[in-house]
Amino acid sequence: MHIFRFVGNRGRMTTPALLSVLLLTLPLPVMAVLGDNAASVLTDQAQMKGTLRSVDNHTYVTHEITSGSGTVVREFVSPAGVVFGVAWEGQFPPDLQQLLGPYYQPAQQATTPEQQQGRRRAPVVIETPGLVVHESGHMRSFQGRAYVPQLVPQGVEASEIH
Amino acid sequence: MTGRPGLLLTAQKVVWWVAPLLALTLAGCGGSEYRFPGHKPEPMVLSVSVTCSPSSIPSGQTSQCSATVTVQGNAAMSVTWSATAGQISSSGLFTAPLVTSPLSVTITAISQWDPTKSGTATVTVGGTQPPLGNVLPIVVDAGPAPQTFATVNEAFATVTVCIPGTQNCQTIDHVLVDTGSYGLRLLSAAGGGELTLALPNQPADSKGNPLLECTVFLGGYTWGNVAQADVTLASEVASSVPVQVIIPSTSSPAVPPSCSSQTTGPNMGNSVIALGANGILGVGPFQQDCGVACTTQNSTIPNVYYDCMRFGCSPTYVTLAQQVTNPVTLFATDNNGVLVQLPAVPNGGSLDPSGNLIFGIGTQSNNGLGGATVLAVPDSGTNIGMVITTFKGVTYPDSFFDSGSNGLFFLDTATTGIATCKGQLSPWYCPSNSPVNLSATNQGQNANGNPVGTPSTVNFSIESASYLFTTGNTAFSTLGGPGFGGFDWGLTFFYGRIVFTAVDNMSTPAGPGPYYAY
Repeated sequence: MHIFRFVGNRGRMTTPALLSVLLLTLPLPVMAVLGDNAASVLTDQAQMKGTLRSVDNHTYVTHEITSGSGTVVREFVSPAGVVFGVAWEGQFPPDLQQLLGPYYQPAQQATTPEQQQGRRRAPVVIETPGLVVHESGHMRSFQGRAYVPQLVPQGVEASEIH
Repeated sequence: MTGRPGLLLTAQKVVWWVAPLLALTLAGCGGSEYRFPGHKPEPMVLSVSVTCSPSSIPSGQTSQCSATVTVQGNAAMSVTWSATAGQISSSGLFTAPLVTSPLSVTITAISQWDPTKSGTATVTVGGTQPPLGNVLPIVVDAGPAPQTFATVNEAFATVTVCIPGTQNCQTIDHVLVDTGSYGLRLLSAAGGGELTLALPNQPADSKGNPLLECTVFLGGYTWGNVAQADVTLASEVASSVPVQVIIPSTSSPAVPPSCSSQTTGPNMGNSVIALGANGILGVGPFQQDCGVACTTQNSTIPNVYYDCMRFGCSPTYVTLAQQVTNPVTLFATDNNGVLVQLPAVPNGGSLDPSGNLIFGIGTQSNNGLGGATVLAVPDSGTNIGMVITTFKGVTYPDSFFDSGSNGLFFLDTATTGIATCKGQLSPWYCPSNSPVNLSATNQGQNANGNPVGTPSTVNFSIESASYLFTTGNTAFSTLGGPGFGGFDWGLTFFYGRIVFTAVDNMSTPAGPGPYYAY
């Protein structure tokens, strides 16, 4: 793994002695979401008033935002500069409407209808051709992820989005 | 009798010497012997008598029995124990059998020196006991009316709430017993629930504005006022408990977007069908539903508690005492946790099995830990309330025991090799060769995620959900589906077990909570 200066460009820091963690606090209020471009990461960071750590995994870049209340959000950006997946964990869930953007409403609609046999009281598992959403945990400890299968770069396993 | 004084001995080796015109006591002398000059007694056992204390015990509990053996000369005073039911040790400790109705058990001690000499005592098992008051019956039935389809694997209890300090009370049935949340929540009449009693709101601030709460569950959220109630469960009373009165989206104040956007699920408070219950009784391993993270110790106000002023609701800090609180922790006694006891459910399921929610751990004769394995869970860090489950050599540190989940939810088809159902039941497992028999190991962990305590192996089976849902049963020990992260050990896990939930910062015989044990 290499430390990445910031979104978008593929240039890596060359000095091995560089900090293992790069903390940035850039309050840029723009909209930012799953399926959007990498610049949207900054919006999430601003929204969460969080600190940002970015890591280059060669096939994609992970931006990790830690909010003031301790919730960690990871956003996965492809070489094409698209956010193909997001994941979260913490004592409180993040703002999923902001994080999932245009995919939030389809996820809501994909929830098992209440008036159907076989209703689950269980972790949310949404697996449609165009969207995968998982939400789990319990009071005081939540986790989840969402990704768009078509946007996941070749060679990246879904299990890496966590 | 031969005219010689007898030697009275008990199993506790207390020796009494009695002689004409002379009595002296020798305590703790064991086999020592005193002889009067000129007299050599013929060894013999004169009598055996038995007493057991207590003489009446609950099912499965113990009573200590002792034999008084009256001997002459140097006859041995050892006895052999037997019981007509249950078990008795060589030292006379009787362990009662598990009974469903009162049973008289005869305890016999036979002299080893003279087997024709014996004594008996009677122990009553499961008979009339002084009321313990800590047993709340639970049932796994089809749920409160109206339901479009019967609920499955939901354990319900009946609770009584009163306006604090008054006899103005209401009893609410079909409240879900949930070890995965903390605090009592009742669906208001506005949401179609049973609660009509006007519980007083707990103010958010000095101006008297109401305090509302947004509570995120698996698959949805609840929104509603924090109110105060005296809560009675079995014979135990918790006074002035902060509880949530759940309101539907059509009620005022409106659900703030910052609340609903924390989940993709719906407002579970919109109807009895949406909640699947008239309320939720959260008896998990924490005192408050949020803890210090909702107090001013957190640098950010989380979207949990809201101060609802005239023009809208804003997130607000609250103290620990203001938070919706696990009512068990406010009982005068039996307040350090609970145990959930449900009967075993065979493959194919059962209809309406009943069990008990028992308050306290190691505080009464009916809630001892016995040989249960203790699994500690962290109260801080990223795995709060979670245990480590190991399956097929892979560890999952985000696993939990949740009686409020209605199946065993774990992993996915790619990892388990178990197919999911087709069509409407697709979020459940439908193994082609049903049942599939599997095994996993659970272990406690500390706040750093390191395993602690003894690992415990759990064998379980998964049957085809499309078959189970045709049986008409309400309880299934083999119902499972895919999950995410770790294992969600739902109500399926609780059948045929006694599962303990110990609350944080409360002392128990196995040390302070939070922990689970079974």
